[in-house]
Amino acid sequence: MRPVNLIEGGVSVLDRSDVDTDQIIPKQFLKRVERTGFGEFLFYDWAKQPGWDLPRNPILATGRNFGCGSSREHAPWALEDYGFEAVIAPSFADIFYSNCTKIGVLPVVLDEDEVRAVMASGRAAIDLGAQEVSWTGGRASFEIDQETRRRLTEGLDDIGVTLQQQEAIDRFEAERERSGPVTTGLA
Amino acid sequence: MRKSVFDKIWEAHEVADGILYVDLHLVHEVTSPQAFESLRLAGRTVRRPDRTLATADHNVPTDGSTAAEQIRDQLSRVQVETLERNCEEFDVPIHSIGSRRQGIVHVIGPEMGITQPGMTIVCGDSHTSTHGAFGALAFGIGTSEVEHVLATQTLQQRKPRSMLLRYHGELGHGVTAKDLILATIGQIGVDGGVGHVIEYAGPAIERLSMEGRMTVCNMTIEAGGRAGMIAPDDTTFEWVEGREAAPDPLPTADWRALRSDEGASFDKEVEVDASEISPQVTWGTTPGMVVGVTGAVPEPAGEGDERALEYMALEPGTPMAEIPLDRVFIGSCTNSRIGDLREAAELVKGRRVASSVDAMVVPGSQQVKAQAEAEGLDEVFRAAGFDWRSAGCSMCLGMNPDIAAPGERVASTSNRNFEGRQGRGARSHLVSPKMAAAAAIQGHFVDIREWE
Repeated sequence: MRPVNLIEGGVSVLDRSDVDTDQIIPKQFLKRVERTGFGEFLFYDWAKQPGWDLPRNPILATGRNFGCGSSREHAPWALEDYGFEAVIAPSFADIFYSNCTKIGVLPVVLDEDEVRAVMASGRAAIDLGAQEVSWTGGRASFEIDQETRRRLTEGLDDIGVTLQQQEAIDRFEAERERSGPVTTGLA
Repeated sequence: MRKSVFDKIWEAHEVADGILYVDLHLVHEVTSPQAFESLRLAGRTVRRPDRTLATADHNVPTDGSTAAEQIRDQLSRVQVETLERNCEEFDVPIHSIGSRRQGIVHVIGPEMGITQPGMTIVCGDSHTSTHGAFGALAFGIGTSEVEHVLATQTLQQRKPRSMLLRYHGELGHGVTAKDLILATIGQIGVDGGVGHVIEYAGPAIERLSMEGRMTVCNMTIEAGGRAGMIAPDDTTFEWVEGREAAPDPLPTADWRALRSDEGASFDKEVEVDASEISPQVTWGTTPGMVVGVTGAVPEPAGEGDERALEYMALEPGTPMAEIPLDRVFIGSCTNSRIGDLREAAELVKGRRVASSVDAMVVPGSQQVKAQAEAEGLDEVFRAAGFDWRSAGCSMCLGMNPDIAAPGERVASTSNRNFEGRQGRGARSHLVSPKMAAAAAIQGHFVDIREWE
């Protein structure tokens, strides 16, 4: 994953709440077995509706509970492939938020009025190190889990990080009487 | 320190700070190919194939095709074949098309007895919350996390907050688990549970069958919840006992300890009056846009509601019972288990599907299908004019040939009424299996409490 530090540029606005991942990338595009090439299908059905305008910018500003519904990581893949490096919203669905951080798309939670100001400004800069968003006439800080921030700023491979704890996993498996069955050998 | 069942399971699975051990990893064809591919490119292996189980469900045609080669859709076929190849290469047990075990991933886990109390269970699918019905901590993950679990059998996780949904009173006659969860989502909102693991408790929950509990936990994600859980009890133990992967004897003493201590604290507590809940029907494009069947399409409260009404082609004030239907779908990981099919069949028996309606029943697994056929339910449905199908996700999400046409109005026992979910331009109304069955017969929604 490439490191995430400063994201700066134009802001595209999608002023809707509860945008589900079925809208971000409809099901007919989930049949690919690759991670790439989803950008052209982003908001496939909505993009055909009159008045739709979503320029390719580094930043998307949108409404609350963005990314709800299906766990499909294809949604952040499509946003990234389209050009978005960060999404700013008043709140995100849990799985979507996590999926974004795994691929280096930065989800930023701001208050609703701050998101509105970013939308109105049309341009913004997000400094992950300082945990701050600035735009013409305003700035706001945002929260992010510190371990998640470290992985993003250093562009770390999650699995590599976890495998540094391999001994702890080995010990856990060996020492603890584990709950649950095995899946092998069931006819 | 008084602990909730969630606290207990979480603590028992913490390998190190921020690393959670996974007891069971369920895998399906849509969200796994990129994970296996990355694993392969990095030269990594699957750490615990014996804690991993795969099936094909999302892409599967339900017309009875017996092998992946028979999937006519080339992309769907490639995805299922890729899953089969990956499982072979990485030694992961798989029950693909043609297996007597094949079915919706959240139906076959419990059915085989591999879903058990106290476990941590993940899957690249948001409806993994279903398994929480057994007192397990179960939640959906993305493809990067699927890869992470395959490689390490763990997840990097911060502990979510906790929420208690306590129901007082009993569900009325004809009111089901589906109505309970739809009404709850209507009350707390589609983001009411974001960031929280939700425990469902109270007499109305304790009285639910395992099928009903799975329906409730399944739709936790529709309220934004990270996971849904119900403390295991005798109902749970009776369900698990004797299943293929179930321990013999059951460790019931350990399992009984998996309940929230008296006075355990939750970050959020919500009370719901179960006796007030009526049969529910969604009117809009989120599961939270829901009313009782005796109600009417509401006046829009904002721009989102206006968009929803336009998409659904509904006028405010229209009684829900007057909305005519084109299709009825009984199935999905929410409502396709044997108990669901029995409830629907009971209402359908001796009646005919309305001539204007195209109705189908899709069992959640080959085992559910076989059981239903042994009980003669298939004959009941067929005689009434329902299409009796083979196991798969079917019309819940339209990744397979079962899709609704633009403008068609569907009464569906599935979990999402999002725009285009069941087919581009299709209009979905979420209901219980009983409500769907009655709607198929009448051609419009009916109050099941009076109709019965």
